[in-house]
Amino acid sequence: APAHLREGLAADSFSLDPHLPIGLRNIAQLEALPGKVPLIKLTYRPPNYETPLHYFNELFTPNDAFFVRYHLSDIPEVDPKSWRLAVGGDAATKPFELTLDALKRDFMPVEIPAVCQCSGSRRGLFEPHVAGVEWGYGAMGNARWKGIRLKDILDRAGLTKEAIEIAFDGADGPALDKTPDFVKSIPVWKALDPDTLIAYEMNGQPLPHFNGAPARIIVPGWTATYWMKHLTRITARSTPEDNFWMKAAYRIPVGKFPLVQRFLTQETAANTPITEMVVNSLITTPAESEKVRMGQTLTAKGIAWDGGYGITSVEISTDEGQTWSRATLGPDVGRYSFRQWTFPLKTTRKGALTLLARATNAVGQTQNSTLIQNPGGYHHNLMHRVSVIVG
Amino acid sequence: MWKFVLPVVVLVTATGARADETAIKLKDGPGRDVVMNNCAACHSLDYIQMNSPFLDQKLWEAEVTKMIKVFGAPVDDSDAKAIVDYLSRSYGRP
Ligand code: HEC
Repeated sequence: APAHLREGLAADSFSLDPHLPIGLRNIAQLEALPGKVPLIKLTYRPPNYETPLHYFNELFTPNDAFFVRYHLSDIPEVDPKSWRLAVGGDAATKPFELTLDALKRDFMPVEIPAVCQCSGSRRGLFEPHVAGVEWGYGAMGNARWKGIRLKDILDRAGLTKEAIEIAFDGADGPALDKTPDFVKSIPVWKALDPDTLIAYEMNGQPLPHFNGAPARIIVPGWTATYWMKHLTRITARSTPEDNFWMKAAYRIPVGKFPLVQRFLTQETAANTPITEMVVNSLITTPAESEKVRMGQTLTAKGIAWDGGYGITSVEISTDEGQTWSRATLGPDVGRYSFRQWTFPLKTTRKGALTLLARATNAVGQTQNSTLIQNPGGYHHNLMHRVSVIVG
Repeated sequence: MWKFVLPVVVLVTATGARADETAIKLKDGPGRDVVMNNCAACHSLDYIQMNSPFLDQKLWEAEVTKMIKVFGAPVDDSDAKAIVDYLSRSYGRP
């Protein structure tokens, strides 16, 4: 087995941050969904499973270790042969349907490395806690997504001047009819961005079932709520999509976060849809509470990412943020990807040694030392802290 | 800081370990059956455990109201009251 699998299986254990809700810590356990390695199970139905932290030692998250998030529990296995994508809406002049073969044959393939991160990743670390799926650090992953440009599909559909939003529906649905179906929209300008894709492959393989087979939307830089899985319908709209998942869920207070891209057709005086990811980083080595020998030199490792502006620096502090030193950045494989970093660490004193990591991006955004509170528990980007025991 | 390590039982079958929500045990107490009958139609009951113990009576009431009003949970008024009582007693903020 590849190294990451051996590690994952040999460990058969995982660390949960002590700040997560006690109720979550009592029930979270490693469980394997079909086709997946054991991931941290938060809920069985719908399946919400997060990636254990050690997998982020790799630049690209293996497909079988990639996190799983659903809102609704009726999740059909979609047969790629009978799958059809319907494209239409009141702001499209030429509606049409596509098979998977036609989608692959008729449009130019592109591949983009990009982080897929749940809006609520790290929600469980909010203090005070807020209700929802109580994610730790692993509701995210980085993959090479291959597919076609959404723009090329929309060009064929002939958008009218009135088109303001493009909405997506997937094959999954609610257990009871009265529950609003999960439908999401993005602004038309974002849908026409050449980096917004309909992907059918991830890391060189067909999409795994639990990550949206046979095709899903990729909105690089934006949180995963828009990355519709098991895509079945694309609707060009002249009016804002107004279901629960747009109007009430996935909203952040206006003006609280230093974000650039806004979704104005959905914005109200009070709140606005979540859009791009905030700048963030993670220490993946050493692991929390790892024991190291005095005098030993370690290489700390980790990743940093943002909404697509590009990571310009990662700094490490070993004195609770009084002084900072630059980590060495790994190769830049694309502005939406994880950026790896390393930092040599000397152990000169016995006892606890605490590392803090802080990433900064090309538009000057950096990580927070105090939490920006918001009712949905989104955009947690407090600096990550790991302590090792020097003995 | 400490490491939280759970013993893991992995049942290996042809498709790997299988997830099984029947293992979920809600705490004993009056109202438990009402919760089990009303709250598992759309999702497993670990949604409740996971969100504990930080919601107080008012916030559990808001959750139950959201399930009924927003998600269409078919729960009648007397059951809703028993559910909120049970949740705030067994899974509420101490
Ligand atoms: C008709 C469907 C339905 C029923 C019945 C239902 N729920 Fe939910 N519940 C949902 C949906 C949909 C979500 C959102 C799931 C997600 O986003 O992962 C949810 C989420 C939750 C959450 C997580 C917090 C949140 O607000 O997202 C809790 C706690 C919860 N439900 C408790 C309950 C309780 C208690 C009952 C019984 C009174 C209940 N549910 C019955 C549909 C339902």
